Amino acid sequence: MSGSSVRLTISGVGHRYDDLPVLEEIDLVADAGRVLVLIGPSGCGKSTLLGIIGGLIVPTAGTVRMDGQVAEDCLNPLTPVFQDFALLPWRSVAGNVSLVLEGRLPRREREARVAEVLALTGLGDFAGAWPKQLSGGMRQRVGIARALAVRPACLLMDEPLSALDAQTRALLLDEFAELIERAGTTTVYVTHNLNEAVRLGHRIAVLSRRPGRVRAVLEIDRPINGRSAADPSLVAIEQQLWDMIRDDAVLAERERVIA
Amino acid sequence: MPDIAGPVRFRARGFAPRSIPGAAAATLLGVVALWQAGASAGVIPTLFLPPPVSIVRALYQLAISGELWLHLGASLQRLAIGWTLGTVCGIALGFAVGLSSWLRSPGMAVVSALFPIPKIALVPLFIIWFGIGEGSKVATLAFGVFFPTVINTAAGVDAVSRNLVRMGQAFGLSNAAILRKVVLPGALPAILSGFRVTTSIAIILLVAAEMIGAERGIGAFVLQAGNLYDTDNLLAGIVVLSLLGQLVAWVLGRLERALLGWR
Repeated sequence: MSGSSVRLTISGVGHRYDDLPVLEEIDLVADAGRVLVLIGPSGCGKSTLLGIIGGLIVPTAGTVRMDGQVAEDCLNPLTPVFQDFALLPWRSVAGNVSLVLEGRLPRREREARVAEVLALTGLGDFAGAWPKQLSGGMRQRVGIARALAVRPACLLMDEPLSALDAQTRALLLDEFAELIERAGTTTVYVTHNLNEAVRLGHRIAVLSRRPGRVRAVLEIDRPINGRSAADPSLVAIEQQLWDMIRDDAVLAERERVIA
Repeated sequence: MPDIAGPVRFRARGFAPRSIPGAAAATLLGVVALWQAGASAGVIPTLFLPPPVSIVRALYQLAISGELWLHLGASLQRLAIGWTLGTVCGIALGFAVGLSSWLRSPGMAVVSALFPIPKIALVPLFIIWFGIGEGSKVATLAFGVFFPTVINTAAGVDAVSRNLVRMGQAFGLSNAAILRKVVLPGALPAILSGFRVTTSIAIILLVAAEMIGAERGIGAFVLQAGNLYDTDNLLAGIVVLSLLGQLVAWVLGRLERALLGWR
């Protein structure tokens, strides 16, 4: 579905909010068609890094490069999926998806694209519904449908499941895996959930507590679709990740309480 | 330790008022009926407060003579022009203040300095500037409507989630598209809520301006009736103003329902 093949290279990226250093010397690569997961304790700068990758935050040091081929029908190479869904409450489900196509595609093509992505995300029967009428899981499906509608070269997902209940999270995780695998879109996925990290990541970058630095990079070289949370090898990686971030997570939590 | 035995008592009573169907109309009709009964019984002196029947009769006479439409037409024209002018300018500056770092501080400083001035005190100045004709009245209304509109619009723009704006930017929408499709609809509830305030202000200023210097208009008519101790017509004029306020509120209610159905 993507047709694009884009690699993201993050070189020497650092960021400060006034005097507060948030990120330091981040060097990472998101390979074309693969999923790079960013994990780390609260406040380590994961979302800031994603904002920098997406061009929404100017880093105080370093650069982010995008190299490769972008499909002709790609309307927005770097496309976000938001934690809080970021849906316009005054637009219907179809209207929210259509928003990002308006002025870019002729009406008929736009309607066909909206219908296609709504069907793909299981929202075909909810095109006319208002966001307030939908559950959290359904709202995030709209966010995914909107992202897929622009045929992204790279998906930037900022804790897309964190606002959802455990059951919905498990169901959507399976759907994400299938959609991302099928689309072959380069994906950067921010989460604090280790289970999500091992289920979706081809490459998992562990950030330290603030200022966030890359502590370790783990590779899981197997298809993400069909991975099981009960897979012993994934459980072992999850444990390994927890061992790495546990102390930082405790310290970060204390810092938050003191702050 | 004391023993406890018995059913759990319901403790969440009250603090949840609800509308009673028909109560509003029944209350108004009851007040009018009491008023009429008091006047008929001689308890209320009709010279100072004519009974509802006399007011209705006066209204009927004004309507069939055409005098009512003459005054009402003049007032509605001033109201429409003055309110629209103040609203359009106020929304434009409200958006500018809400969106531009350059205009925010200077704009709000001017608005904060001028907003508290009682606008009616400016009528003599506007008469000097714009003459005794329509200009001064329209300017009074526009000036009175302008400041609350700026404040409401700027607050509405501020209330739009920055995350929605970031979403628009992250999907590559143009600034004009973000303004039209994200910021404007997001600020609309505050803008429409401001309309309720500004239409009331406009009606008050309309009457005041017409009382100071106009031959036609409901305000002028009420003043003339007062000067002549013609309390039937005086109250008929006040009833017209009340109905005008009700009509404007009804129109705004319909507008809110049509534009803000998503809430």
